[in-house]
Amino acid sequence: METKHNRLEIRDFSLYYHRTKALEDISMSIPEQKVTAIIGPSGCGKSTLLRSINRMNELIDGVAVEGEIRLDGEDIYGRNIDVVELRRKVGMVFQRPNPFPKSIFENVAFGVRMGENGRAKDNLDQVVESSLKEAAIWDEVKDRLHRSAMELSGGQQQRVCIARALAVEPEVILMDEPASALDPIATAKIEELIFRLKEKYTIVIVTHNMQQAARVSDFTAFLMLGKLVEFGATDRMLTNPGNKLTEEYITGRFG
Amino acid sequence: MNNKRRIGDNIRIGLTGSAVLLIAAILAVILGTIIIGGYKSLSCEFLTKPSTDGMTAGGIFPAIFGMVFSLLIMLIAVVPVGVATAIYLHEYARPGLLLTKLIRGAVNNLAGVPSIVFGLFGLGFFIQFIGGGLDHSLGQSGLFGQPCILWASLTLALMNLPMIIVATEEALRAVPQAERAGALALGATKWQTIRHVVLPQAVSGIMTGVVLTISRGAGEVAPIMFTGAAYYLPYLPKLPTDQFMTLGYHIFVMTTQSPDIDATVPIAMGATLVLLALTFSLNLVGIVIRSHTRSQLRKGR
Repeated sequence: METKHNRLEIRDFSLYYHRTKALEDISMSIPEQKVTAIIGPSGCGKSTLLRSINRMNELIDGVAVEGEIRLDGEDIYGRNIDVVELRRKVGMVFQRPNPFPKSIFENVAFGVRMGENGRAKDNLDQVVESSLKEAAIWDEVKDRLHRSAMELSGGQQQRVCIARALAVEPEVILMDEPASALDPIATAKIEELIFRLKEKYTIVIVTHNMQQAARVSDFTAFLMLGKLVEFGATDRMLTNPGNKLTEEYITGRFG
Repeated sequence: MNNKRRIGDNIRIGLTGSAVLLIAAILAVILGTIIIGGYKSLSCEFLTKPSTDGMTAGGIFPAIFGMVFSLLIMLIAVVPVGVATAIYLHEYARPGLLLTKLIRGAVNNLAGVPSIVFGLFGLGFFIQFIGGGLDHSLGQSGLFGQPCILWASLTLALMNLPMIIVATEEALRAVPQAERAGALALGATKWQTIRHVVLPQAVSGIMTGVVLTISRGAGEVAPIMFTGAAYYLPYLPKLPTDQFMTLGYHIFVMTTQSPDIDATVPIAMGATLVLLALTFSLNLVGIVIRSHTRSQLRKGR
């Protein structure tokens, strides 16, 4: 019963951008309640792979996919899948903080408000509070919930964006280099947060920073030129890579 | 060498500067003539009384009333259609598609059509084809198949459609793509994203387009002279199927058709002053709305 531990299964997944193959035959299992890092040189397709998991690539013209990505055993590219529902189960945090020009409260409440059943419209206050606490930003913003999220620093904005994703109660959280636009202190806070969030969520993080992958992830996938070169436990892979290309990349011979 | 360059620079500053001065001078002369010639006519009665004695005395109230009436109907017609078109073109249509390019080209070409052509089109299409057809099927004559506010306003709406579409598209383009992605990634539908994230930020830009549309609609004569504007009416229009007087056309009629041009000129000048003041203050309102929504957005309301 593999699927029990592997919430996400990527099987023979390829992605074409017009005629170009951007991802080629990728197969990997992403274990539940762990942090899986996707690393690789720029342009290797790591963000593309990440964005395939919540079907954000569909926003780009000329993208076609082959193969399967299974979430809880069901192919997310299947015919019966409602992409809106999928994105509520698979949250995303972007490279640059992208809060809406609304209040902090409204940012976090947004996903809940957009939900079909209008769940918890009455305990919205509670949802916002618990999400902000979970994202370790509550103490910094509790007195200014109705001020604009745009007034916050980059690191605070990114944590509000994480809170915003958590408020929808996703199962999986995708993070696309979530700290690359932040200073070292803000980065440390985000990493600490990721470490705590994996108790509850399955996290996939794209990073170009090897140390970051080592610090936060349990498993690592190394991608190059759209192909999966190696996948395994982070400890093992960074200390004793099984593939020559991986070794060359992590020792900084290219990148 | 250095000296030569400095002289060249000064010449260029002089040339561009005098172009600016020229423009400012022309504007000052136009405004000055109108203000000097027209301010004496201005009074409360001038704005609230109809014109009398073959347009050699009295006020311009029916023209103001008719203008507001027709501009309201124009806005009701043009804003929803224009905004919807822009939303479709910018948010839904695939940019590479030939059809999208064709529609966008058509919109741009529509903007280049002379206003008199819109007037003739309104006469042929709205009055004779649609209006005449309606009358025919209702078994009456002369209700819809004649010039009236409705057809004049629709003709103005058609003429101003590109302005609203372009302004709205511009406003939509200014909303960062990252915010759309953020909303979609939270499980918002496409429409929810547009409604709750994109449009609130685009409102100020759309309002600018609306205000420009009103200004332009108020100033245009050609599209309405065949489709609804009346030379002179002794009564105010009550229904969209009535004819109407409007400021721009009224000025044209006064200055070309008056039996006593010396008595009419001050009135025409006064009417022109009112028209200018109206369009200027409309633009001012537009600017205020824009900066207000902008600062509200920045505050995150």
